[in-house]
Amino acid sequence: MRSITVAKAVRPLFGKAPGLGSRRLGLAVTALLAGLPLLTACAPEGATGLESPKMSQIKARGRLICGVEGKLPGFSFVESSGAYSGLDVDVCKAVAASLLGDPSKVEYRDLNSTERFAALASGEVDLLSRNTTMTLSRDSAGGNGLSFGPTTFYDGQGVMAPTGSGINSLKDLAGKPICVESGTTTELNLADRMRELKVPYTPLKFQTSDQTYAAYLGKRCVAVTSDRSQLAGKRTSFPDPSAHTLLPEVLSKEPLTPATTNGDPVWADAVRWTVYGLMQAEELGITQANVDAKLAEAKASANLADLRRFLGVEGDFGRQLGLPADFVVKSIKASGNYGEIFDRNVGPGSRLKLDRGLNRQWKDGGLIYSPPFR
Amino acid sequence: MPAAEPPPRQPVTIAWWRNRRVLPWVIQILVALLVLLLIAFLLGNLIRNLTAAGMLLSWRWLGQPASFDIAESLLPFDAAMPYWRGLLAGLVNTLRAVLTGLVGATLLGTAAGMAAFSSNGLLRALVRTYVEVVRNIPLLLQLVFWYFVVFLTLPNGTAALQIPGVVLAKSGLYVAGFAEGLRWAGPQLVNGVWQAPLRLSVEFSALITGLVIYSGAFIAEVVRGGIAAVPRGQWEAAASLGLRWFTTLRRIVLPQALRVIIPGLNTQYISLAKNSSLAVAVGYADLYSVAETTLNQTGRAVEVVVLLMGAYLILDLLISALMNGLNHLVQIKER
Repeated sequence: MRSITVAKAVRPLFGKAPGLGSRRLGLAVTALLAGLPLLTACAPEGATGLESPKMSQIKARGRLICGVEGKLPGFSFVESSGAYSGLDVDVCKAVAASLLGDPSKVEYRDLNSTERFAALASGEVDLLSRNTTMTLSRDSAGGNGLSFGPTTFYDGQGVMAPTGSGINSLKDLAGKPICVESGTTTELNLADRMRELKVPYTPLKFQTSDQTYAAYLGKRCVAVTSDRSQLAGKRTSFPDPSAHTLLPEVLSKEPLTPATTNGDPVWADAVRWTVYGLMQAEELGITQANVDAKLAEAKASANLADLRRFLGVEGDFGRQLGLPADFVVKSIKASGNYGEIFDRNVGPGSRLKLDRGLNRQWKDGGLIYSPPFR
Repeated sequence: MPAAEPPPRQPVTIAWWRNRRVLPWVIQILVALLVLLLIAFLLGNLIRNLTAAGMLLSWRWLGQPASFDIAESLLPFDAAMPYWRGLLAGLVNTLRAVLTGLVGATLLGTAAGMAAFSSNGLLRALVRTYVEVVRNIPLLLQLVFWYFVVFLTLPNGTAALQIPGVVLAKSGLYVAGFAEGLRWAGPQLVNGVWQAPLRLSVEFSALITGLVIYSGAFIAEVVRGGIAAVPRGQWEAAASLGLRWFTTLRRIVLPQALRVIIPGLNTQYISLAKNSSLAVAVGYADLYSVAETTLNQTGRAVEVVVLLMGAYLILDLLISALMNGLNHLVQIKER
């Protein structure tokens, strides 16, 4: 146990965060860490052998700092009670439960689309769970240098226009102003599609989604473009949601994916497999309600090897990730399985009532697929 | 005993660390070294961290296609052009806003500053209220107000606000001017859409309105202070000659007040140039807005911010140099 306290006390001082670590401090810490394996060897069970600078920092702080959008119903939204809710928020909760054992130990930071990558790169947030599209330039080390987890929502870009405005396709937007949030992939896709169609248009770009939709509702532009789920989510907060229609056209693929930085692969893996755990749980029929019963069942029967490994009764998956053995159980208790998260926030149980579509389990013809837990 | 010989006069030697001629130099050099060391440390830290993140500084991306569009640009631009061209278009848009803003704010500020000395009490109270209200509300809030509350609630089509020669609609500000063939043309409604020789977008109009009214209030105070600095005797002397209020102001007081006004004006001009970067809040595609998109698409945060800082620095230094030249012209030439 002693080794953990040392690690907790020392790690946040240096690590990958772009701080001004002095060489001497670095040396002292290296010396201390060199001695660490010795101490860990005789540490009692429960100590995880593997740690990452980011995970040590989060544990020392006792809170996960999660970057979210904050104003997008269904994904991350501040309810009238002041609590955050949404699909992206549930991912934050699941990760906090898996690492810290408590889904409430999350501090949310609202980030607009231009702030998000800088906030992650500078270490201001530990995890970005903010309807962000995975792209090559964002993933690559020569680009934004992010490390993407599993896609939590397969989306596509759409266009919304007032019902009955005579705008039924992109071609009807010739020469017209279109509102778009700056710094998004949608801004680029729109430019690409309009170039293909040889349709001139005026992009009106705003820094935040609030400003973008305010300009649209102020009728400064005849249409607004964004991810289809975001348009559907924002529409629920409009004065008259039925007065706005989504065009049938889908302009692009928008896999919305949580991300960490390239610098800490251990932390990236912990996030990745926590999210996969939620997807695997749905496949196995484990829900927030029955997870305790399933755990008892697994403990009672030595034959249920798959289930025992998944729930951390047997094997050392948790330790391999630097997480507690029962991280899957904790994250399911916090947020429910992937299907429950979807239904509650954006599916039938929500105001958005989005179809599962591509976000069905792979067995049902969708793209939600967890690699094997073994 | 022979009388003691006075000791021979020895040249006074002072240790260098007590020498008043050497010491300041040593201290200056030490401070300079310290500053250089700090810069080297910060740069080293930046490069170490960027290398660790696999993101070494590079400028190659500037030549790659931007693949985004800009709403309005004096410099022709489309998505197939490279990033540098987009940034240049943004810079031209910024210069357009800054120059228009400078002229407008100077006119409004000078008028309001002069009105503070008017004999009309109502006018003085109006100017006082304008200055106090506008100076104490953040500019960003004012811009959002002008754009979302005022300009975006304007009607379109035939219902638009019409003054002879000018039409103000949600789709833009239309001003009369010379059309092709040097023919004077006013705003016209063609198929429900306004057309005029000069069209300003509502984004640009809202930004200029906000900048002019905000900076105008500060300039009014600078002008008022300058006029107040001219001795009362000058007013009285002018009055005794039978000069009217405005003539006194124009021929006697203002030329003297300029010496006090120009340095203060310089500061306001520089602020206006920097404040123009708030354009992004009202959807105007200025340098900052284009740079922000570029930063997001390329991930080149350090490079883009360096370019941005360099551009605003050069712009402000230019304004400063021009104003200092002007200041030199109006100073009293002593012989």
